Amino acid sequence: MATKKIEKPGWKTLPEGDLIIGGGTAKDFHTGGWRSMRPIHIPEKCVSCMTCWAYCPDSAVLVKDGKVVGFNLDFCKGCGICAYECPVKGKAIKMVSEKEAKAQEKK
Amino acid sequence: MKEMTEIRWHGRGGQGAKTAALLLADAALGSGKYVQAFPEYGPERMGAPVASFDRISSKPILLHSAVTNPDVVLVLDPTLIESVDITEGVLDDGIVIINTEKSPADIRKELNITGKIKVYTVDASKISKETIGRDIPNTPLLGALLKVTGMLDFKETIEDTRKKLEKKFKSKPEVIDGNIKAIERAYNEVKS
Amino acid sequence: MAKSNILARTGNEAMAEAMRQINPDVVAAYPITPATEIVQIFASYVADGLVDTEFVPVESEHSAMSACIGSAAAGGRTMTGTSSQGLALMAEMLYIAAGLRLPIVLADVNRALSSPINIHCDHSDTMMVKEAGWIQIFSENAQEAYDNMVQAVKIAEKARIPVVVTTDGFIISHGMERIEILDDKDVKDFVGQYKPENYLLNLDKPITVGALDFTDYYFEHKRQQIEAIKDSMPVILDVGKEFGNKSGRSYGFFEKYKLDDADCAIVVMGSTAGTTKVVVDNLRAKGLKVGLLKPRVFRPFPKAELADALKNLKAIAVMDRSDSGNAQEGPLCLEIKAALYDANLSKALLNYIYGLGGRDIKIEEIEKIYTDLGEAIKGSKKPKITYIGVRE
Repeated sequence: MATKKIEKPGWKTLPEGDLIIGGGTAKDFHTGGWRSMRPIHIPEKCVSCMTCWAYCPDSAVLVKDGKVVGFNLDFCKGCGICAYECPVKGKAIKMVSEKEAKAQEKK
Repeated sequence: MKEMTEIRWHGRGGQGAKTAALLLADAALGSGKYVQAFPEYGPERMGAPVASFDRISSKPILLHSAVTNPDVVLVLDPTLIESVDITEGVLDDGIVIINTEKSPADIRKELNITGKIKVYTVDASKISKETIGRDIPNTPLLGALLKVTGMLDFKETIEDTRKKLEKKFKSKPEVIDGNIKAIERAYNEVKS
Repeated sequence: MAKSNILARTGNEAMAEAMRQINPDVVAAYPITPATEIVQIFASYVADGLVDTEFVPVESEHSAMSACIGSAAAGGRTMTGTSSQGLALMAEMLYIAAGLRLPIVLADVNRALSSPINIHCDHSDTMMVKEAGWIQIFSENAQEAYDNMVQAVKIAEKARIPVVVTTDGFIISHGMERIEILDDKDVKDFVGQYKPENYLLNLDKPITVGALDFTDYYFEHKRQQIEAIKDSMPVILDVGKEFGNKSGRSYGFFEKYKLDDADCAIVVMGSTAGTTKVVVDNLRAKGLKVGLLKPRVFRPFPKAELADALKNLKAIAVMDRSDSGNAQEGPLCLEIKAALYDANLSKALLNYIYGLGGRDIKIEEIEKIYTDLGEAIKGSKKPKITYIGVRE
């Protein structure tokens, strides 16, 4: 999950002029490591209205066949805007502590 | 004629002292000379006394300091002689040409010029009014300068100036003829 | 040379003429005395359809350089002009242009910095940004201003370093002189087409420009920049030589005037070098072995070459048209001193600060410097720094 350690180039091989060559390079930079809260998707309650998908500032809401299926935790920063905006009564997304979620995963 | 001639123009802001210096430089360039023309920039305002300068030489001009001892001084506005020391720094054998209806002798007395400085006058304002239709004394003064100094070939300069005016005033032939006539008249009417 | 290529032009007109012939993709500028005319004349060329340039009138010099950076990063050949306070306002963006290695060409008309407010010539504006990572080229007269502008485009694009070409405010910018220009086609051929390796509008090869560098990358990028400035030195010489083949006027890092057999010499940049040549001629006619060295390229500083050119002199005077604010010598003198130190040359070296705020520098004043040098050679002690032409 964490960003892969890359060998940093020296000044002789680094692209000149503060350039990063090639597009889509942000994909390799995983920002999910900053997260302290994690969204949990509750499929039973979710109506796939796509409100969370539209609001997510990191485009981290995963959608398959028109249905919300979870979150891309490589990029989710845990801001909670998805849970806050979820219009379903009782909320189809809940925010839990990242620490606890990780502990849970290990079990 | 010396290798390099230094010239100072006195006028009032908006009267064309800078243009006169540029015109002369352009004309001199046309006859194969090396030239410099530059204005003096102070607090500019319409009507305030201003000066501009020329250097004309048969060799490349490297000098970039101000002109402090001109060979020739030209005065566009006769009223300037009351407020500006137009003979300041003029060389002993220097030349002063003034746009006025007065005679050189009168001017000499008025300015208390006693040395060897040569004084010439020409009524450039009258000439320009009669030929160009407006009080633009700088063009006729150019004619007077040519006559007095002989620094440029008169015929060549007239032809060169005509060509330049033809480019600029394609649709106004009367402006071209007027300017040429003004230069010719001043050339003939300048008094010593 | 055809007669139609000999023109009477002011320094500003000469620079605008060069820009017309270069026909850049973008010019973004804000007016300031005494540089206004350069972009004003150029804007009229745009309006008259004589160039294909996109002219971007902006609300400040900071924005002018910002727009230039955007344009150059997008892949456009980009030029601008300014002076003094305008250059100061640009300063933040000048560093960015250099760091991004964008080959922008800037015409700077040297003017004193406020305060006191003044519009006339000294070199304090250019000296203020000497550490910005730009190549700096000084011009003696309108001819050099034109020649340097044409060369600057090629130098900038080859070295991938922005270039500032300077003239002296009013003395050159507003002084009309005889210049010889190249044919339009020759300039077009000389500068060629700008083909950047990477640029934002290349959709086939996307790039990120100006990404954040923390402690782990900034130094490497700066190290590259330092190397690029070193590498620009042969580029500057090559372009100067190539320009000479085309025009008959070759350029190097500096000009030596009657220097090789001289006992003493003045080092001075810009228009005053011309006046100094007159003094050298006058004194040579009297049998005095005096010379002149006129640095043209101040950034990069050709340290070894300068030291070599000065090595046989017995005494040197460096004239600075700005102060360095360090209670010591002016910026040019300090660099010359460093160059001599590294070459193990210890010489009588006098510094003269002159011409601040456009104060005229006269033939007699320069003659006096040569007199001082002559006396210094004979062992007489002279002040290290003299302020010349200022009322005591």
